[in-house]
Amino acid sequence: MSKPIIEVQGLGKRYRIGASKERYLSLRDEIVKKLSPAWRRARAGQGEFWALKDVSFAVQPGEALGIIGRNGAGKSTLLKILSKITPPTEGRVVMRGRVASLLEVGTGFHPELTGRENIYLNGAILGMTRREIARKFDEIVAFAEIEEFLDTPVKRYSSGMYVRLAFAVAAHLDPEILLVDEVLAVGDAEFQKKCLGKMGDVAKGGRTVLFVSHNMGAISRLCSTCVWLDRGRVSALGLARHTIDRYLTAGCARDSGREGAPGACSPDGAVRLNALTVVDAQGVSRMAFPSDQPILVSLDIDVPRPSRDLCIGFDLSADDGTVVLRTYQNDQPEHSWPVVRVGRNRLVCTLPEGILNAGRYWISPRVGLHCRQWLLHVDHVASFQVVLAHGVSPLWSALDERSRPGVIAPVLKWAAVRPGTDGLADGPFSGYENASGLVPVPQVARDSIGEGR
Amino acid sequence: MMQASSIEYVIEPPKRFLAIDWPELWRYRDLFLVLSWRDISVRYKQTVLGVLWALLQPFVTMVVFTFIFNRMANIQSGDGTPYPIFLYVGTLLWQYYSGTLTKASDSMVANAAIIQKVYFPRLIVPATAAITGLVDMAIASTILAGMMVWYGVRPHLMGVALVPVLVATAFLAAMGLGMFFAAINIKYRDVRYALPFVIQILMYVTPVIYPVSMLNRHPLGKTLMIWLNPMSGVIATARAALLGKSPVEWSLVGISALTSVVFFAFGLYYFRATERYFADVV
Repeated sequence: MSKPIIEVQGLGKRYRIGASKERYLSLRDEIVKKLSPAWRRARAGQGEFWALKDVSFAVQPGEALGIIGRNGAGKSTLLKILSKITPPTEGRVVMRGRVASLLEVGTGFHPELTGRENIYLNGAILGMTRREIARKFDEIVAFAEIEEFLDTPVKRYSSGMYVRLAFAVAAHLDPEILLVDEVLAVGDAEFQKKCLGKMGDVAKGGRTVLFVSHNMGAISRLCSTCVWLDRGRVSALGLARHTIDRYLTAGCARDSGREGAPGACSPDGAVRLNALTVVDAQGVSRMAFPSDQPILVSLDIDVPRPSRDLCIGFDLSADDGTVVLRTYQNDQPEHSWPVVRVGRNRLVCTLPEGILNAGRYWISPRVGLHCRQWLLHVDHVASFQVVLAHGVSPLWSALDERSRPGVIAPVLKWAAVRPGTDGLADGPFSGYENASGLVPVPQVARDSIGEGR
Repeated sequence: MMQASSIEYVIEPPKRFLAIDWPELWRYRDLFLVLSWRDISVRYKQTVLGVLWALLQPFVTMVVFTFIFNRMANIQSGDGTPYPIFLYVGTLLWQYYSGTLTKASDSMVANAAIIQKVYFPRLIVPATAAITGLVDMAIASTILAGMMVWYGVRPHLMGVALVPVLVATAFLAAMGLGMFFAAINIKYRDVRYALPFVIQILMYVTPVIYPVSMLNRHPLGKTLMIWLNPMSGVIATARAALLGKSPVEWSLVGISALTSVVFFAFGLYYFRATERYFADVV
């Protein structure tokens, strides 16, 4: 019984770079290539890329293992190998139990079929037998909250309903080993909460769960142990909290491709952005920032001809592309503008604490001559992650949540005003601390979540 | 619930060829049924005529071809069978064969989304395509039954028993080529453009609109057609068996069965040898 339920030993997966280009070769080229051994030998060893290399770990029955890492670190490849979708190049995996993988919700949903039919279709694709599906049918429908649309083709569903139904089917799989890839990034906040709850039940129900996610909150809540993959290798393995801490505080310096913007310059070469870094108040470059600390965005920029109407700034956008704000160095009154000199400049903008929501944000530098022309307009040069930490109310349930609804998550002032007066006539916050002895009740958090649907 | 040790499997770098895992295929029978049912039930969704399409296509083909090839080009059935019914038997089997071949060849690409996200025995996908064609053929057969009554043809009793064998032969032949094309199609989308053309040519080298006996003066052509194309024997035998005008040639049945098994084995081998990389390449 003490045998691990999953044993991964020296797993490696190699891809050929440029394999996608080969697809456009004609069949004849391919045949010629196959027939000529010299050609093959010349190719061997070049243009290879190991998506995974020397990955080993073991998972005990009932354990929930989180898998974290940056995009392209090999997380999805690992899950694909474990779920037999793609074979490894080397190494060995032993699985002792029925496996179900959830690499995407709604796999194989057919738009023309009704909700009822899609439950059977999707269930079968995920590995359930018809009898199992029939047994759980009512449960699935109730979980998805789509009773009255059961016989409507899913192409007429709202995207919310679609995702709910898809997750509901997946959530009722009953395997011994469940492989999950970031499927929780779907649906509205309320449904996400429900999904996380369901995942927690699965993990607590003694099932073994492997969970790939960028959502550190969900990982730390669901998983006891955690693997951090970095460029195909195991970078850390151990208690989830420790691994996540190490991952989050890892500097981006050695992987500056995402942070820096070498060579981003304006069309005429007039302005040149040498680097764009996101650091904390101590000047440490991080991938993730707690929301209760300021975030500093620093732009290293070459300016050959300063001018009064030169605007240097950036757009801050959320992961879904929504622009949260645009800011320039000369937004303030003129006397407090930072001085831009000829040559090298480093301009630092402070994003104050307590405003941003949890999630990934992107920075797109914007440099221009006011109302005349853009000198630099590059999208998504740097990104960083924010973890909610600034809610001080006991009812601010951010710790359990991926994020609150909304692009930003500021804590706003609330006051109780005597009914019958319009309150504002006395000055909006004059009675803030002491209005009729009423203490402002921090009901905000709970209400705003309730309205998330 | 928690007898975790009941199933144990090992994932390793693949060997060159893996034998078919029959127990696994059996475990996935529900998926096969559900996918077949999906393809059948989706087929005529949001159409006005619905299932009538399955009747209309072979019927109109029969009418037009009869006019062109029989009335204008003066091709005869050769043994006194009325040309329309002679043609219809050929069309029916040919449309099953070409339809299955087309759908099976496209099936892996069409189901790429599932293939990249879930594991199941990939063979299920082209097999599903072959099953859906059977349903269309069964529907279209009602016209054949009607025509048999109309023309008063009487089938060989022995021949009716042969029908399942002929359908199975057509199935194996279509699946064999279909699996081969499906595997190639994943890497080279040329298949999509080449196939309609290939099928069109194939129809003319299959005795669909003319009897095999028309090739009696070209013995080499006849031999090639019978040995390289399992559908020749299937169609010729089906006519003999169902329409009862000429005797069933058992050698033709044997040759067709043999070649279709060879086609099937070849397609299966190629498919199995390449299937594990499908998810990487699609």
